[in-house]
Amino acid sequence: MRGADYFLKRTVFALVTVFVAITLNFIIFRAAPGDAVTGLRCQFCTIEFKDQLREELGLDKSKWEQYVIYLESLAQGDMGRSFVTREPVLDELIDPLLNTLPMIALGTAFSIVFGILSGVVAAWRRGTFLDWGNLSFSLLFYSLPTQWLGLMLLIVFAGTLPASGISDPFLEFTDPSWWDTFVDRLEHMILPAATIGIVLYGEYALIVRSSLMETLGEDFVLTARAKGLRNWAIVWKHAFRSALLPVATLIALSLGYLVAGAILVEAVFSYPGIGLATYDAVTERDYPVLQGAFLILTLSVVFANYMADLLYFKLDPRVAE
Amino acid sequence: MSQAVSAPGAPAEPGDLPETRRRRGGVVWAVLRSRPQATLGGAVIVVTILIALLAPYIAPYGPREKVGPPFAPPSSEFWLGLDDGGVDMVTLLMYGARVSLIVGFAAAAVAMLIGGTVGILAGYFGGKTDITLMRITDYFLVIPDVPLMIAIAAIWGRSLTNIIIIIGIIYWTGTARIIRAQVKSVRERVYVRRAQALGATDRRIIFRHVLPQVAPLLVANTVLTVAIAIFAETALAFLGLGDPSLISWGRLIENAFVSNAITVDAWWAIAPPGIAVAIVILGCTMVGTSIEDALNPRLRVGHLSVRRFRLRPTPKDAA
Repeated sequence: MRGADYFLKRTVFALVTVFVAITLNFIIFRAAPGDAVTGLRCQFCTIEFKDQLREELGLDKSKWEQYVIYLESLAQGDMGRSFVTREPVLDELIDPLLNTLPMIALGTAFSIVFGILSGVVAAWRRGTFLDWGNLSFSLLFYSLPTQWLGLMLLIVFAGTLPASGISDPFLEFTDPSWWDTFVDRLEHMILPAATIGIVLYGEYALIVRSSLMETLGEDFVLTARAKGLRNWAIVWKHAFRSALLPVATLIALSLGYLVAGAILVEAVFSYPGIGLATYDAVTERDYPVLQGAFLILTLSVVFANYMADLLYFKLDPRVAE
Repeated sequence: MSQAVSAPGAPAEPGDLPETRRRRGGVVWAVLRSRPQATLGGAVIVVTILIALLAPYIAPYGPREKVGPPFAPPSSEFWLGLDDGGVDMVTLLMYGARVSLIVGFAAAAVAMLIGGTVGILAGYFGGKTDITLMRITDYFLVIPDVPLMIAIAAIWGRSLTNIIIIIGIIYWTGTARIIRAQVKSVRERVYVRRAQALGATDRRIIFRHVLPQVAPLLVANTVLTVAIAIFAETALAFLGLGDPSLISWGRLIENAFVSNAITVDAWWAIAPPGIAVAIVILGCTMVGTSIEDALNPRLRVGHLSVRRFRLRPTPKDAA
C-alpha cells in the first residue's frame, strides 16, 4: 500500500501548504507594522472614514481574534470587499482567473514542446555546433526580463497582432460566429502567451539538456548501445524516459515562475487576467484584492504541484519509497 | 597541506574530484581560468562592476540633467538617445547599473546566509532538525515568489533596504536544498568521521571540514542567485514597487513603459536596459553553471556522444 501512503503524504503536504499560505497572508497584511488602512493612500479619506474602514475590516480587535475571524470568513469564501469597486473580492477575481488559464496553457504548451525538442537535440549532439547554438539561444532567452521581452514583441508586432486587451470591442457589432470569436480571442492571446513561452522555452531546454546529459552517462545507455540499438531508439526510448522525472520536477517548480510571468505579461499587454488584477491592485493599493489575488495564485500553484506529485507516481512509482 | 598534495601530473582517479579534494578553495578560481564560458562570464561581471563604480566619472552627462528634447533618437552626441525627460540613456544605464548590482549582490548575500545556514544545519545534524527545516523550505519553495514579494513590498514600503531584504528572504530555498544534499554526503566521509572520533566539536567540524567542502557549491549558487535577484528587482520596479528615488535598470524599463515610449516608437528608451540586464544575468549564469558542472562528476561520462565515445572521464574533462 505504499501508493496510498504516498498519496496521503502528498495530500497532507498540500493542505498544510495551503494553511501556511493563508497564515502568511494574514501575517503580511495584518501583523505588519501599521495596518492596511494606515498605508492607504487617498487624499480625501477623513479620520472617521479610516476608523470606519478599520471597524469594517475588524482591525480594531486583537490580532488573534482577527486571525480566527479571517479563517472563518475564508472558509465561507469571503475574502472581503475591494477598496476600489466595493465588490466582493472573489467575484472580482474569478473571471480574470478564467481569462488567464488558457493564455498560460498556450504559452506552457509551446515551451514544453520546443524546450524538450531542443534540449534533447542539444544533449544528443553534445559539443557540436548544434549544441552550442541551442545552448546560447536557450541561455539568452532565459536571461531576458519577461516584461522587457513583452515590450519588444509589442514594438515588433504592433501592426500585425492585437497589442492589448482580450477581444476586439467592435467585433460584437458584426454578429460574429463562434469561430470568429475564437479566432479573435486566440489572436489576442498570441503575444502574451508567446512572451511567457519564449522565456520558459529557454529554461526548459536547459533543464532537459542537462538532465539528459546526465542520463546518457548511465550504464544502461551503454548496455543499449552494446545491444546495437539505433541512436534514435537509445535517446527516445531509453535515455529520455528516465530523464523525464527530473524534468517533471523542475517543470513543477517553474510553476511559480508562470504566475510571475502572468503578472508581468498581463500588465504589459493589458490582458484582463488575474495578473492584471494584481497589478491594478498594487497600483491602487487595493489591499483586499491584492490579498485575495495572492491567495488564489498560491492555491493554484499548490494545486498544480499536487497534481505534479501524483504524476510523478505515475511516471516512476519508486518516488513513493 | 593542500598545495603539497596537488602535485602537478598526479593521476586523476576515475569518478574522483581531484580539484575539490586537493585544492579546496581553488576550485572556483580554477574554473574561472580554465573554462572559457566562465572566464567570459566573470569578465562581464567585473566590467559591469567597474562601470557602476566609475559611473560619476565616465558618464557623459548627469543622471538628472536634461540635455535635449524628450525621446530624442540616438545620434553621435547621444549614442542611445534620450528618455522621456530628455536625459541621456547612456548616463542612465551607467547609473542604473549601481542600484541593480547592489540589489543583486546584497540580496544574494542575504539569501546565501539564510540558505547556507539552513542547509548546513539540516544536512549536518539530520534527524528532527533536518525534517523541520526541510519542511519549512518546502513550503517556501511552493509558495509563488513574485506574488509573495509583491505582497510584502506593497505593505513594507519601497526603500532599497526593504527590497534587498525581501528578495533575500524569498530566494534562499534553492540554496538550502542543494547545500543540504551536499553536506549530507560530506558528513559521511571518512575524515569527518575521524574528526568526530577525535572529539572535535560540531562547530569545529562544520567550519573546518564541512564548510570548505561545500564552499564552491555555495559560491556557484550565490552567483546564480545574483542573477535571480537582479531579475526580481526589475519585476518589482516594473510593478511600481521599486525605490522611487533611485535609478535602476528595472526602473528604466518601467519608466519607458509608463511614459509610453512604445507609442512614439522610442525603442532606444526600452531596449538598452533590458539588454544590460540580460548581459549581466548571462554572465552570472555562465559562471554559476560552469562551477556547478565542474563539481558534477556525472556530467563527464557520455555513452552517446557524437564526437567521441566516452566511457570514463578523461583528465581533460576534469578541469
